[in-house]
Amino acid sequence: MHKLKPLTPLGSHTPRVDRIGPFEIAETVETAFASVAARNGQEAAVISAMAQNHGLDLPVAGKAAQAGKLAAFWISPSQWMCAAPHETHELLAQQLKATLGDRASVVEQTDAWCRFDVTGKKLCDLFERLTKADVRAMPPGSACRSTVEHLGVFLWRTAEDQMVVLGPRSSAASLHHALVTAARSIA
Amino acid sequence: MIINHPLLGPRDAQEFTYLGDAGLMNRPYWLSETALQQFHDYLYLRENPAGEHRELWFHEQGDRSWLVVTRNTVTHEILKVELARDVALAQKAANLVQEPSQ
Amino acid sequence: MSAVSTQQVNRLSGGLVDRGQPLSFRFDGQSYQGCSGDTLASALMANGVRLMGRSFKYHRPRGLLSAGSEEPNALVELRTGGRQEPNTRATVAELYDGLDARSQNRWPSLERDMMAINDRFANFLTAGFYYKTFMWPKAFWEKLYEPIIRKAAGLGRLTGDADPDAYDKGFLHCDLLVVGAGPAGLAAALTAGRAGARVILADEDFLLGGRLLSEAQPLADIAGADWAGQVQAELAVMGNVRILPRTTVFGAYDHGIYGAVERNADHVAAPDAGKPRQTLWRIYSKRAIIATGAIERPIAFENNDRPGIMLAGAVRSFANRWAATPASSVVIFANNDDAHQTARDLQAKGVDVPAVVDVRPDAPEIPGIELLAGAQIVETAGRLGLRSVTVRMANGKTRIIPCGALAMSGGWNPNLGLTCHQRGRPVWDGDLHAFVPGQDLPVGQHVAGAAMGAMSTDAALRSGAEQAGEALADLGFTVPAPELPKAEDAPVSLTPFWHVQGAKRAWLDFQNDVTVKDVKLAHQENFTAVEHLKRYTTLGMATDQGKTSNVGALAVMAELTGKSIPQTGTTIFRPPYTPVAMGALAGRAVGKDFHPTRLTPSHAWAEEQGAVFVEVGNWLRAQWFPKPGETHWRQSVDREVQQTRRSVGICDVTTLGKIDVQGADAAAFLNMMYANGFAKLPVGKVRYGLMLREDGVAYDDGTAARLAEDHFVVTTTTANAVLVYRNMEFVRQCLCPDMDVQLISTTEAWAQYAVAGPNARKLLQKIVDPEFDISNDAFPFMACGEITVCGGCRARLFRISFSGELAYEIAVPTRYGDALMREMMAAGEAFDVTPYGTEALGVMRIEKGHAAGNELNGTTTALNLGLGRMVSGKKDCIGNVLSRREGMNTDDALRLVGLKPVTPAQSLPAGGHLMAASGPVDAAHDQGYVTSAAYSPTLGTAIGLGFVKGGAERLGEQLRLVNPLEKQEMLVEIVSAHFVDPEGEKLRA
Repeated sequence: MHKLKPLTPLGSHTPRVDRIGPFEIAETVETAFASVAARNGQEAAVISAMAQNHGLDLPVAGKAAQAGKLAAFWISPSQWMCAAPHETHELLAQQLKATLGDRASVVEQTDAWCRFDVTGKKLCDLFERLTKADVRAMPPGSACRSTVEHLGVFLWRTAEDQMVVLGPRSSAASLHHALVTAARSIA
Repeated sequence: MIINHPLLGPRDAQEFTYLGDAGLMNRPYWLSETALQQFHDYLYLRENPAGEHRELWFHEQGDRSWLVVTRNTVTHEILKVELARDVALAQKAANLVQEPSQ
Repeated sequence: MSAVSTQQVNRLSGGLVDRGQPLSFRFDGQSYQGCSGDTLASALMANGVRLMGRSFKYHRPRGLLSAGSEEPNALVELRTGGRQEPNTRATVAELYDGLDARSQNRWPSLERDMMAINDRFANFLTAGFYYKTFMWPKAFWEKLYEPIIRKAAGLGRLTGDADPDAYDKGFLHCDLLVVGAGPAGLAAALTAGRAGARVILADEDFLLGGRLLSEAQPLADIAGADWAGQVQAELAVMGNVRILPRTTVFGAYDHGIYGAVERNADHVAAPDAGKPRQTLWRIYSKRAIIATGAIERPIAFENNDRPGIMLAGAVRSFANRWAATPASSVVIFANNDDAHQTARDLQAKGVDVPAVVDVRPDAPEIPGIELLAGAQIVETAGRLGLRSVTVRMANGKTRIIPCGALAMSGGWNPNLGLTCHQRGRPVWDGDLHAFVPGQDLPVGQHVAGAAMGAMSTDAALRSGAEQAGEALADLGFTVPAPELPKAEDAPVSLTPFWHVQGAKRAWLDFQNDVTVKDVKLAHQENFTAVEHLKRYTTLGMATDQGKTSNVGALAVMAELTGKSIPQTGTTIFRPPYTPVAMGALAGRAVGKDFHPTRLTPSHAWAEEQGAVFVEVGNWLRAQWFPKPGETHWRQSVDREVQQTRRSVGICDVTTLGKIDVQGADAAAFLNMMYANGFAKLPVGKVRYGLMLREDGVAYDDGTAARLAEDHFVVTTTTANAVLVYRNMEFVRQCLCPDMDVQLISTTEAWAQYAVAGPNARKLLQKIVDPEFDISNDAFPFMACGEITVCGGCRARLFRISFSGELAYEIAVPTRYGDALMREMMAAGEAFDVTPYGTEALGVMRIEKGHAAGNELNGTTTALNLGLGRMVSGKKDCIGNVLSRREGMNTDDALRLVGLKPVTPAQSLPAGGHLMAASGPVDAAHDQGYVTSAAYSPTLGTAIGLGFVKGGAERLGEQLRLVNPLEKQEMLVEIVSAHFVDPEGEKLRA
């Protein structure tokens, strides 16, 4: 194990958790991300390779999928974002590339993003103050890219009462501020 | 405005970046004898009608697709939305049929 | 002044106010009591206050005209301190305990306003007086006339304090938006809610019901307000219906988008901590129903603006809903049957109605009330409030009737503002004698109830249900029609009547003080087109947008021109329907939250070092790192440069854009993007790349590192990261769709540091794990590779240099960036390592002659930059063809050069222009300009980069650098742009 101690996107050694009224906003660092883009004409091959090797059915536009520790959501035509626990999959990009080979371009995305898991019953009341995406029309298993206070983000509905927000890591503090402020507005 | 994205459904135009006339997809061949003139026309003589217009929009805060949006610039009515890549591929295919030599 | 008046002398019985919840409030320092359910207007009325403001121009005493958001007169300053809010309509200010309001536009007091002298000079202040009276002498305008006019005119005052409150923004989606919760809106929402559609019902009022709250007539066997309450209760428990009271839908935008402001905390003294005062909603609707009701219009007659003269429907609202009357005796003046209902309701509440003056000779009788049919009101009396009206009877005789208030009605106008926001033009309805919405409604918009001309309660209910049915059927819903109660269904009975002939001062627009005489003057001076009329008289241009005045003025103009009203024209409305606070539009994006902030991976560490930061786009970058004893930024920057050039320095360069480019055609794709070639770049090597715009102008530069045959990582400048990515996607999707290439940004994924200086390698050898050989032989200039550092952390190493020194850029996953910086600084202690900021970075790149944003300024070509040979003629690329244009390739084209002052102590002004050593200083003799300048601690002199005509051939020549704005002139010498290490030996060491 190397000696570089990681910092969280909010600049601490331990992830931050805020509890505001019915909401919990948790900075989450335990996910590795990698983008998978099918090479030209290889979309079907990538989908079947992912199903065969990882048991994961890559989702259609607007959707996310999960199989065991591995999850994926659609981000662009023929491109997905894959996610897995950092502890076991720090090298997720390499692991996926190993099984997909020349069928896909795989890029490590782990630290491109800060991740906040927002949990609470009135989730949609919170997010309608943050994003123009129609969050009430996003059942669990949905994902989309939109904006929150001028920041480009991914919104990934993982459960009825949970939305995962991925924002640009460098703006973690601004995104966190936006989430916390909106939660206070309605808590 | 709302742009009905072919893959994602209706999305606020605020998520998009506007480029302009979709004629920018018809980039001339660089070695043609009249390349200089063609590139001049391609770049500077773009359509900007009051009325129906095919234009390019980039879904910057979305799936990063370039779209060809057919829009009435007077009423803002949007008549058609296509993935630009599909349009470009179709054009390439059509050009190959017409000019197999190029 | 502060004696409490507890006498609600004009409070009636009944109504929708809660006498069990008394509320104290103040108006102009005087304390009063009202009830929960009151507005400021109704509470003042109940307390016998008629005088509430002064008019805009003539400072005439004014009281309430209306009971709603169309109010032109009763504008007050609400609250105090940072929350002080001018021009608040008392009719929509919900009363709360402790409310503090003041009248405006008067001095020293509302009763004795010195500026009322304006009224005496009314003859000089008619329409267009601005343009006529103050024309001469010209110099007097700015110094004398305008300051005086500015002082006299205007309404409320802004507070000078910052607004302490927060405003939210949000986004709502629905199948059907219903604007207005009167009978039509409620029926529409009920229909749609029961059909299962996603419904938003918004109303500006704090109670739902609209006109139902103001009418005494029941719906079948239930009071209107009770029926509204029942519907509200049913809607409230539907999961698919959202009710937004206190919410004004102020604008209709493209494709079913509506803007709305919800007043979350305007009805309390201050919002709770962390809670918004207002919320700006952007509503995405598939369909919308505009059910905004109708607005009554006044009649113009002599002195029709005295406090106590009100709209008849408003008087009825105050009596029925708020249990308040403007006076104990009220005369009615009307041209229609509807106003007779006001007489009946007042009488039922015990208010004396001495007479109903109806201009119609055949007006119907009202049992128990004297009807003066075919009569008109020709004069009123009462300086600060109405005392009597003078009636000219049908037989020509006049009669004076003492009264405290007059309820007037010229009929009702559909409230169609939201139908016009997409250029929709209302059309004239000859039966209603009013404009109704035209056929050119915004996409998805329907109109119901009085807003579309369905004037009776019954018609409104039915049209609401019908329109909801139609709108939802479009969306594929099955919509059963709801059972609606049978309600009042009287036809509109009205004889058009706009103004009493012969009146000298008869107000049309109360808020902007426009009279019938002003319209006549406009006509006389040929401003007859309706848009001219508006601008010449300012009619309809006050904060109320002429809600009560536009149609009346059109009617007067029509009469003068001998045309019909529709021939004369119509004015359309623009957003916002009522004024929207700036704070609501700004939302949370205020102060330091105006835009997001981006922090670099070493930010916390740099803060610990006391770094001074600079905003670069949204990024905060360390500009320099002052050491103890350094008092001037130059000391820090000079030291950082010297320490780096002498030994080693470290700079956070994470902000550069990074784009991952992969695919079988990745190299071919980069060949298309960059002017220079990448096909032959070996794996494990980096190459500088220059991007052009299609017009041949240089656009961005960076490096591309080839990590595998089919894998590159390219960098962009910090400023252009987003644009370059967008352009790459354009080329990939639109121009080269058959290329096999995939892109994704990785800017934020990697923390990247430049390590520069003669000891850079030695420092890195302590960081890079020993199995990776980074000696000059194994890892030469422009090498790149994937390595590990600090005992196994994944990293990327690039041997590239912006400073001109032996330099590397090293990248690790961002989470380890902070730790890597600390490790490198510790490892560099032995070498006297220094962190350096963007200033030192800039100085060193100028010393090295590297172009940056100042040189790639959107006007310069590769040739100008001295990079002309990079534009490959062997391949196509963006900008290739047009960069070969004749005019961009002349012999005397601008070339990048270095510049040095002839007198070394002088500093060079960037932006200065270059002229021949002698001769004229003008544009025609321009030789070029200075783009970048700095003090070079390495050379001990100021240096600069700039563009000079034919520059490459002119080394050693002296030119004059001129800066006429600051009267600077100095001699400079043209030198090579490479001040430091021109042969590049250090880079390769």
